[in-house]
Amino acid sequence: MSKEKSLLDIRNLKTYFYTYKGVVKALEGLNLRIGANELLGLVGETGCGKTVTGLSILRLIDSPGKIIGGEIVFGGEDLLKLSENEMSERIRGKMISMIFQEPRSSLNPTYTVGSQISEAIRLHQRVNKREAFERSISILRQTGMPDPERIVKEYPHELSGGMAQRAMIAMALSCDPELLIADEPTSSLDVTIEAQILELIKDLISKFRASVLLITHDLGIVAETCDKVAVMYAGNGIEYGDVRDIFKRHKHPYTEGLLKSVPKLKMRGELYTIEGTVPNLITPPTGCRFHPRCPEARKKCSELKPPDFEVEPGHSVSCFLYLDQEKRE
Amino acid sequence: MVVGKGKSFLKWLSRWKTEHEAMLDDFKYSLHLLRRSPLSMVGLILISAFVLIAILAPLLTKYDPIEQDLPSRLQPPCWDNPFGRDQLGRDILSRVIYGSRISLRIGITVIAISATTGTVLGVVAGYLGGIIEEIVMRITDMFLAFPSLILAMAISAALGRSLENTVIAIGIVSWPRYARLARGLTLSVKEEQFVEAVRSLGASRKRIIFSHILPQCLPTIIIQATLSMGGIILTAAGLGFIGFGAEPPLPEWGVMISDGRNFIMREWWVSTFPGIAMLFNVLGFNLLGDGLRDVLDPRLRR
Amino acid sequence: MNFRAFVLRRLMLMLIVLFGVVTITFVISHIIPADPIGAILGPRAPDELIEKLRHEWGLDRPLHEQFINYVWNLLHGDLGKSIRTNRPIIRDLMERFPDTIELSTASMIIAVCFGIPLGIVSACRKDKIPDHVSRVFSLFGISLPVFWSGLILLMIFYYRLNWLPSPGPYSTYLRPPPVVTGFISIDSLVAGDVGLFIDHLRHMILPAFVLGFSSMASIARMTRSSMLEVLRQDYIKAARSKGLKERAVVFNHALRNAMIPTVTIIGLNYGSLLEGAVLTETIFAWPGIGSYITGAILYLDFQAVMSTTLLIAFTYSLCNLIVDILYAFLDPRIKYG
Repeated sequence: MSKEKSLLDIRNLKTYFYTYKGVVKALEGLNLRIGANELLGLVGETGCGKTVTGLSILRLIDSPGKIIGGEIVFGGEDLLKLSENEMSERIRGKMISMIFQEPRSSLNPTYTVGSQISEAIRLHQRVNKREAFERSISILRQTGMPDPERIVKEYPHELSGGMAQRAMIAMALSCDPELLIADEPTSSLDVTIEAQILELIKDLISKFRASVLLITHDLGIVAETCDKVAVMYAGNGIEYGDVRDIFKRHKHPYTEGLLKSVPKLKMRGELYTIEGTVPNLITPPTGCRFHPRCPEARKKCSELKPPDFEVEPGHSVSCFLYLDQEKRE
Repeated sequence: MVVGKGKSFLKWLSRWKTEHEAMLDDFKYSLHLLRRSPLSMVGLILISAFVLIAILAPLLTKYDPIEQDLPSRLQPPCWDNPFGRDQLGRDILSRVIYGSRISLRIGITVIAISATTGTVLGVVAGYLGGIIEEIVMRITDMFLAFPSLILAMAISAALGRSLENTVIAIGIVSWPRYARLARGLTLSVKEEQFVEAVRSLGASRKRIIFSHILPQCLPTIIIQATLSMGGIILTAAGLGFIGFGAEPPLPEWGVMISDGRNFIMREWWVSTFPGIAMLFNVLGFNLLGDGLRDVLDPRLRR
Repeated sequence: MNFRAFVLRRLMLMLIVLFGVVTITFVISHIIPADPIGAILGPRAPDELIEKLRHEWGLDRPLHEQFINYVWNLLHGDLGKSIRTNRPIIRDLMERFPDTIELSTASMIIAVCFGIPLGIVSACRKDKIPDHVSRVFSLFGISLPVFWSGLILLMIFYYRLNWLPSPGPYSTYLRPPPVVTGFISIDSLVAGDVGLFIDHLRHMILPAFVLGFSSMASIARMTRSSMLEVLRQDYIKAARSKGLKERAVVFNHALRNAMIPTVTIIGLNYGSLLEGAVLTETIFAWPGIGSYITGAILYLDFQAVMSTTLLIAFTYSLCNLIVDILYAFLDPRIKYG
């Protein structure tokens, strides 16, 4: 087991949604670790629970959803045990910030960009309006925003997608958080802008000495930007490791399938798809949730949920195939 | 032979069900949501009660609603006349019950006329676009520039007092809303893929409008009709109160309330009971309409 | 399109609509009644008198000529003469209009002051007891026939309980103030007659409340649905993620956005307040255009009915224009679009 002290340690997180059609078990015992000054990519298909994870960390899950179990240990305390007030005052925006997928709809259309950034600053720092305003301009400048003095007086709809995302990033980093949760920050942007924003994120977290939880479905982004990767499937983390571990020495059959599905330039013939479909989270499969689609499935897989096995230092898999491997160590 | 026909019907039914599975699923979900909303259920109960009372009126009343009994005028509520008697000695309970028939008739007729004309005009305007659309929309604007009661009043004043004229007046006032709604719906349906598909197959404009676009608009139009029923009853009663609406001795609620306004201080029952009946009536429609609107709002459904 | 262009375009639209309104009123008053003169003079008028009046009033002229005459007169402020009061209608209306405006404005103030908070509470406590109570309350409000509630409340609060004064704009033993603006409240203050002012307000309580009640319900509902819509948006989540407490989220972020559509409802409600005025002014013996038009109807004063209808339609259109412009002004997406 990694002996490094982690910044954020999620243990056995369970988040359910109580809907008309039944209880959606979005997160079923998720385990995740983020270290200090680390860029962790959280990948998975749509609906696997990545966004729910991000929202759960900040406890922004709205009804009918509810976090019903587990621990989220951050800076030595369990975030799930804090009161709502403590979350607002000490954690949100201050220790942990979040940026969202659609930057322009994540900014209030009736306030200028500057006032929204200033608001974030004044929430957690004792500064007056003017100072907050100055700081907003300065942090916008740090995100590479051209002409920040003008932008600060504009409304969100007047900004392009890329600029709006820079503004969001500025807002999120304005109080120097230790962890930034980025939920698909570039999915709604053009490819060229995407590259810029990712560069910016990498740049800023080294400047600010923060960590990033980058939630995405795009393996390309993960390969280019992240230090570590956690792969999610149907509410569980099924593989975790270094970027190189995951891309070159992946172990889980799902990770294998995921990487194989990415079309490559020199490919011929049919595109590869993983057989079967994403499971229904109201009545998920028993045991390992991937077993119905897994080419290596055995009897045990449908009976028990596999725990995490560390196959290499810092590289763990949640699959019974590696039960023996760990035993050997 | 009957058994044979029955069997093929069942086969057709099960095929239809699988083809329209998505639609049926949607419908079942809607019903579930509706059932879960207690207020809508109350509304449904109120409306059903109203309709039942209207239909069964003769069975429920002992007294004739238009028969006068001057010696017993303005009698307070008693065992025999639970709602008392009005200034001409008529039993108010029977008048209130028969009044529900009048309200129901007015409502249904108005909706029938205005919804059909308005919707057709709106769909045609929306589909054809261009100058026709502009003209139709400007005309609806002009009608909508009048508060509905005021316009209905002016038209009634011009036409003269009668139940038919009331229906015409309210009908003229109501159609613009349906036209606007239908046009808006048509604009969004027009853009959908299947319309292009049908056009590329060579369907005539008339066919597209009536067989394809119109059915898509129907659910929303029906909701709008339910929602507007309450308003129609209120407007009709308002007209009755001012001096239009049904001509005496028809027991229209608005007219009854107006009849009692000079006695309101002492013989309060003359105006009070028709008003209570109307209140619950309109409330029922509004409750159900609200519930329906919540149920069908795509953003509130999960 | 920038703001100024928007305003201009909207104004043009209003002018077209107003022209249509005039046309519709013309159609109603000249084409629909089988015999307007007969309607005015009654069934027993001698034929020569009818013919004479018909000629005098230009009713034997071709329609388009009549129409042009009509519009021409309107533009010169000639709304015809009232058979009942025997005065130019425009004078009658000018005298009475301020009273209706006063009542409507008071009603609107009540409606907004109670309706908006009710809607906010309802949205923030969705599906809990306060929400259910306020929804039922609102539904009652919009289902109540305003003329009926006026009668009942008058009976209860004036006749039975004697808490509120008798119908009328002020007590009968008091003198009206000298006319400055036509608004009794303003004029009484200008004249320094505070007693009259307070008395007038007391007389306004019941009618304003009765009229305002259904608007209150409608505004509460709109505020609620608007707030719910806004609270679902991404930027609300983002605001919370910044560390904003729920109260600040609701009042600083949600409300600002939710108020924009609510403003339109307030405008539409002004129209229903005018309708309500027509229905309730006679009950409360309020000398506004509502009681004027109902009196005119009973008297078959056709001209007065049509001219008052025209005035009401114009007021309503103006109200909608103001609301539309306000809406565009408040939403930065339109203002700086």
